[in-house]
Amino acid sequence: MTHLSSAGAAGIYHYDETDRRFLADRVEQFRRQVARRLSGALTEDEFKPIRLMNGLYLQLHAYMLRIAVPYGVLSSDQMRGLAAIGRRYDRGYGHFTTRQNLQFNWIKLVDVPQILADLAAIDMHAIQTSGNCIRNVTTDQFAGAVADEIVDPRVYAEILRQWSTLHPEFSFLPRKFKIAITGSDHDRAAIAIHDIGIRARRGAGGAVGFEILVGGGLGRSPFLGRRLADWVPEPDLLAYLEAILRIYNQYGRRDNIYKARIKILVHEVGVDRLREQIAAEFERIRGPHYRLDAGIVDAIRSHFAPPPFATLPAVSTALDQARREDPAFARWARSNLTPHQQPGYAAVTLSLKPTGGIPGDATSDQMEAVAALADRYSFGEIRVSHEQNLVLAHVRQDDLPALWRDLGPHGLDTANAGLVGDIISCPGLDYCALANARSIPLAQEISRRFADLDRQHRIGELKIKMSGCINACGHHHVGHIGILGVDKHGVETYQITIGGDATETAALGQVVGPAVGYDRVTDVVESLIALYLERRTDGERFIDTVARIGVGPFKEKVYGAAA
Amino acid sequence: MALLLKDGLPVEDPWISLDDAVEAIPDGPVIVSLDRWRRDRAVLVARNSPVGVRLKSSQRTGEIAPDLDRVALVALEFPKFRDGRAFSTARELRERYGYTGEIRAVGHTLPDQYQFLIRTGFSTVAVPDGANLATWQHALTEIGVAYQAGVAGDTPLSLLRRKVHLAAAPHPQGD
Repeated sequence: MTHLSSAGAAGIYHYDETDRRFLADRVEQFRRQVARRLSGALTEDEFKPIRLMNGLYLQLHAYMLRIAVPYGVLSSDQMRGLAAIGRRYDRGYGHFTTRQNLQFNWIKLVDVPQILADLAAIDMHAIQTSGNCIRNVTTDQFAGAVADEIVDPRVYAEILRQWSTLHPEFSFLPRKFKIAITGSDHDRAAIAIHDIGIRARRGAGGAVGFEILVGGGLGRSPFLGRRLADWVPEPDLLAYLEAILRIYNQYGRRDNIYKARIKILVHEVGVDRLREQIAAEFERIRGPHYRLDAGIVDAIRSHFAPPPFATLPAVSTALDQARREDPAFARWARSNLTPHQQPGYAAVTLSLKPTGGIPGDATSDQMEAVAALADRYSFGEIRVSHEQNLVLAHVRQDDLPALWRDLGPHGLDTANAGLVGDIISCPGLDYCALANARSIPLAQEISRRFADLDRQHRIGELKIKMSGCINACGHHHVGHIGILGVDKHGVETYQITIGGDATETAALGQVVGPAVGYDRVTDVVESLIALYLERRTDGERFIDTVARIGVGPFKEKVYGAAA
Repeated sequence: MALLLKDGLPVEDPWISLDDAVEAIPDGPVIVSLDRWRRDRAVLVARNSPVGVRLKSSQRTGEIAPDLDRVALVALEFPKFRDGRAFSTARELRERYGYTGEIRAVGHTLPDQYQFLIRTGFSTVAVPDGANLATWQHALTEIGVAYQAGVAGDTPLSLLRRKVHLAAAPHPQGD
């Protein structure tokens, strides 16, 4: 293996022999399960939850395998391994999801045990990316890098990953269960739309504790998480989560799949009563058995030590000069960089939203290119964001012009992070067995309409999120502009909302007016943006204007005064 | 008749599971529903044979807790293998109430759940007729690593704790 000076030095949780033995056991177990299914010893009804717990879905055209990217962090070697799997078993590409995972959409069942073995060789798996269990824990894509961070959430995300892996009590829950954690005041992990949302904070003397939200979730009954606890001390984190899960496992509804998420329990029982029940359970089980000792946390934290940063001036003259000399670079630097904790560094978003592209898709060639760039510029480490982009978290500002030039040939330099073209979209009717309407082609059309990047920059921050059905995988409820595809008497129709927000000021979008046909959606988006540009005041983002003037003027703009 | 497994091996089942509709209570150990237990408790306790109580997946530990010292076995029903409530029920019986009697899984379970059953405190599993014994036995050995505290002899947070020792040890060369 070539030894590059900085590659592989970033904070990544490295598997040890026990982790590898676990994964080997799991691969062998699934191999036997597939054999039992093929022999008829397992019915499809019995096999289904087993394959789902290994990330294997049956979709419209083929099996889809969803691979866990724990809290969105990958090494460059892992990325190369994923590229190879995409090339060998799929059609040379994969799809990064809003859960920071990677999906392959064209998988054959017979290949799956071998794919899992290939994944195990790079310390990866597809465990609990589906099924009624605790799913892959997600976090801020800039964790351990971003300037506004208070606590590094990766440490606790890894602890939760281990704790939740094949949990004996919580693997047959009423429904899927998603946990997200952030360690900044600015929430980039969308914690309010998760079953449990965790905000890591610091108290007196720098002690770590957690604010806990419960019952967030989108789908056909969208709810924002309610605050369950202001402060759970670090040693009690697992005990408190065990208490929540135990109450949910026992009292969550199992009579109706659409009412089985914990958000419905919170809604029906009431957050205050639920808090009492959870607190009582917590008090009972609090103690040495579930205690998270500081020594364990320190040991996990040691995996996420900062990479060997150089001591650099806070301001890079090379960066400033490139900004002045090249408007295209300056435009990219304006939208795709995030301030870093370490002077002289920046976190870089690699957009997987090229004009007219499929949001979140990356070819195997692109994955390999990103792996090489990560080795060259970012300590061999890559992040997947819930907004379906990739991130190089630790790039020297001096290197940014060179990185940008290297990204171009691979189509990874689109200057649109956080802008109109940075659309979150589910796979929709093109792949998904649940979808009622297309979403990918519509995302592509909107992206093409706003192909002019200068126009996108003039519009500013605007998050379009789109789902092809009510299950809301594309997070449309919390899009600044949300687009939901529905099937109206066999016709694809789209309901449009505005004012949704997935951050610390989380809000559900409000419906603008009657749903419109496929052909009108892009025009409606353009009208909404036009009204915003007419009415915005200095520094106002799209959602700020919506908050200030309300939905009414937007509705009038789209549907006319009579509407 | 269902086969009873303990530690992966078939064992004789001395218990008779009584249907609520059958009035006569036979001699020997019997398992009755919670309703029957409530109705016939005096009669059941007066006999000189052990009594077991069967809980539906919707019935919580609190309903049997005051009687646990008179109950030698608690059978927890899985109406469907996907209904995972009994995993919590078993664990509560062990951890909250310190119950040391037999906890038996009855109903629809899969071999793939066997380790979960053991780790949440079940002692025996009544497996369906025609079950492949070898599959069940093998299931107990399939995953050799547990990442979190369980009931069956796991040290608290065992795998997480291991990290402390690893971190304390010097890193192997060439890491």
